[in-house]
Amino acid sequence: MEQPLLELKNITKQFPGVVALDHVQLDVRSGEVHVLMGENGAGKSTLMKIVDGIYAPDEGEVLIRGEKTKIHSPLDAMKLGIAMIHQELNTVLHMTVAENIFLGREIGKGFLFEKKEMNRAAAEVLEKLQIDLDPDRKVISLSVAQRQMVEIAKAVSMNAQIIIMDEPTSAISDKEVDTLFRVIETFRKEGKGIIYISHKMDEVFRIADRITVLRDGQTVGTYEKDEITSETLIAKMVGRELKAIYPEPDDHPFGEEILCVKGLTCKNVFHDVSFSLKRGEILGISGLMGAGRSEVAEAIFGMRQKDGGVIKVKDKEIKIRTPGDAIRSGIAFITEDRAQTGLNLKTTVKKDISTLTLGQYCNRLSVIDREKENQAADESIQRLRIKTPSSNQMVKNLSGGNQQKVIIARWLLADPDILIMDEPTRGIDVGAKFEIYTIMRELAASGKAILMISSELPEIIGMCDRTIVMHEGKVTGELARDEMTQEQIMKLAAGL
Amino acid sequence: MSKSSNSKEFISRYGIYIIFLGIFIILSIINRTFFTAPNLINIAKQASTVAIIAIAQTLCLITGGMDLSSGSIMALAGVTSATFGLADHTNMPAAFVVAIGVGMLCGLVNGIMIAKGNIPAFIATLGMQQMARGMALLFTNATPVFGLSDTYTFLGSGKIAGIPMLVIVMIIVIILAAFLLNRTKFGRHVYAVGGNELSAHVSGIKVDRVKLQVYVMAGALAGLGGLLLAGRIKSGTPTMGEGYELDAIAGAVIGGVSTSGGIGTVYGAVVGSLLMAMITNGLDLLNVSAYYQQIIKGMIIVLAVLLDVKTKKSTK
Repeated sequence: MEQPLLELKNITKQFPGVVALDHVQLDVRSGEVHVLMGENGAGKSTLMKIVDGIYAPDEGEVLIRGEKTKIHSPLDAMKLGIAMIHQELNTVLHMTVAENIFLGREIGKGFLFEKKEMNRAAAEVLEKLQIDLDPDRKVISLSVAQRQMVEIAKAVSMNAQIIIMDEPTSAISDKEVDTLFRVIETFRKEGKGIIYISHKMDEVFRIADRITVLRDGQTVGTYEKDEITSETLIAKMVGRELKAIYPEPDDHPFGEEILCVKGLTCKNVFHDVSFSLKRGEILGISGLMGAGRSEVAEAIFGMRQKDGGVIKVKDKEIKIRTPGDAIRSGIAFITEDRAQTGLNLKTTVKKDISTLTLGQYCNRLSVIDREKENQAADESIQRLRIKTPSSNQMVKNLSGGNQQKVIIARWLLADPDILIMDEPTRGIDVGAKFEIYTIMRELAASGKAILMISSELPEIIGMCDRTIVMHEGKVTGELARDEMTQEQIMKLAAGL
Repeated sequence: MSKSSNSKEFISRYGIYIIFLGIFIILSIINRTFFTAPNLINIAKQASTVAIIAIAQTLCLITGGMDLSSGSIMALAGVTSATFGLADHTNMPAAFVVAIGVGMLCGLVNGIMIAKGNIPAFIATLGMQQMARGMALLFTNATPVFGLSDTYTFLGSGKIAGIPMLVIVMIIVIILAAFLLNRTKFGRHVYAVGGNELSAHVSGIKVDRVKLQVYVMAGALAGLGGLLLAGRIKSGTPTMGEGYELDAIAGAVIGGVSTSGGIGTVYGAVVGSLLMAMITNGLDLLNVSAYYQQIIKGMIIVLAVLLDVKTKKSTK
């Protein structure tokens, strides 16, 4: 058999108190896309950090083209032909595309660099990848997908042979995914090896040659794409057979209409958006990235000033200017980005959970009754099954799924009638997703109304009683549960 | 959690107290005068005004800002209040209200610039540093206000049962500030704003108002500091308090207050300030020249933060 490009043998890595990796095996052949799957905390990131030279393994060997190698730093990795495209992209926003591509390897004489030459070289790389980007544009003006392409171009310009992509499609639209996959296809043809980390089943089966599953720091196995199904993959990841990805709907009756949005407009962002929501209902907002879905939620929640339209809660028109107004009207907003707009990572689970409802645990002088606060936090932790050693654990030490539950807990304490959930399961693992879905179903059954924004069509179809679809700032359709199919939603989302 | 990770967390949380204790013990062993009641009281007295300003800085730092105008506000509050503390017609309540009031007013302007005008705290308070200093010089025509009554100087120079009033005031401020930050809704909001401003906004916290309040409080504390300092040096000098804000920021940072916001405690800031005063005192007792002292202090500031950065990283 041909020599693998990269081989990891019996890699073991311990952190204080945890065995993060336990004799993990992985090999990447030339011209293959090797997908790495596993729940959050399974050890994927740690393993990739070892390949990228950020961590040193405690035991085991790293072989590059059959040769034993020690990678001491990302710079080392770069020299060995390994490039990592991080999930949180590393582009320098105020530099141009070309400057980013050649960052640290500027073309020029002495310490003068030649802008023209660099732009030309960048254009060459971009053209090779068939990416339509002006090398002289500032990265800050680019979309997430375009920034990602800049990083990929950087990897190509370094002549990387092994390219690691950590959830590259988590924040880009389907069309952009196609571009990405086309680029990956050219890499495959050139004989590069690609390690691709993803949670998304459909895309895994679209591009993988082989799939390796990690669970609790151990290799469960490596499989040819054709010899495995998504159900068995999920079962291998979570270590138990999941009956379904989505909990069964319980068919409870809906209550009265609680939220009614009519003709909501924000100039240049979205126009004339109308929908209504009943108690007990889960309504989806589907559409591509940039269709204006999150912006609608922001306008309802007072984070964005509307230019027109009416918002009614419980049949009464309300004026919402700040998030505070929205909260008082019984609306909760679980934002799309946990780290940016959701959590306070610098505090403890308890203090984060009580942020919103602190007033309830205070006496008249705004002094906190610690007993009441502890009780509320502990009850929330139990109710939502948040896995944490104690309520005094730092939020940043929890896994993504548990962090998401902390935010939900925060809002549930405020006892809202309407929950807006923007990409509620982004970046969390299959097991945690199921738990979040179960919580959503329970909330709906108890009479809460949920507005869920999601880019994942199976999630919309699996969870929503009804969905509206947006395209370029307009509602292009509304589908009942029995009308929802991926094709139908895609057609509306594409504006066809 | 394993032992080693626990001990790292322990060090990152209590490191400053351990270092403080260690240096305290060493100085007690190598110098006889160090561990005597008058000397220890002297250290506390030396540290008190800086510690009060360090508490003000802690409030600002936790929200992700800072206040470079504290020293100048001290001078302006000191000279204006001193005019109510002259020997022939002292009006102590007026002097007190003027000192705190002037401080709050300057703080309010800082707060408005930062919260409403979105000017970075560094720039806004740098501007206030210049303005307040200029006003103090203008108000006094650059000559100190002398001839202060004993009533006026009591807070800065007086004693009760052998304990300097400065120390007593410091302790009261510590208790109040710690209570405010740890036990009240306002305190939690301060941490929430500094920890993640957007998240705080989404949670309905009035971020602007919290910042405004923080800078008003920092101003009030600087005003109080000015009153104390004028009492200690027995004159209202327009040049006093210079550099206090930097000593205070150093004390706070040594005590574990993060310059990127969201993290820090009043006790840490105070212990950091006390540590600096103790080291100065120890070096004085050991006859180390003032020039060396400055070099040593500079190194301590950097080392303390380095230690903090390292332990935080490894617990991650």
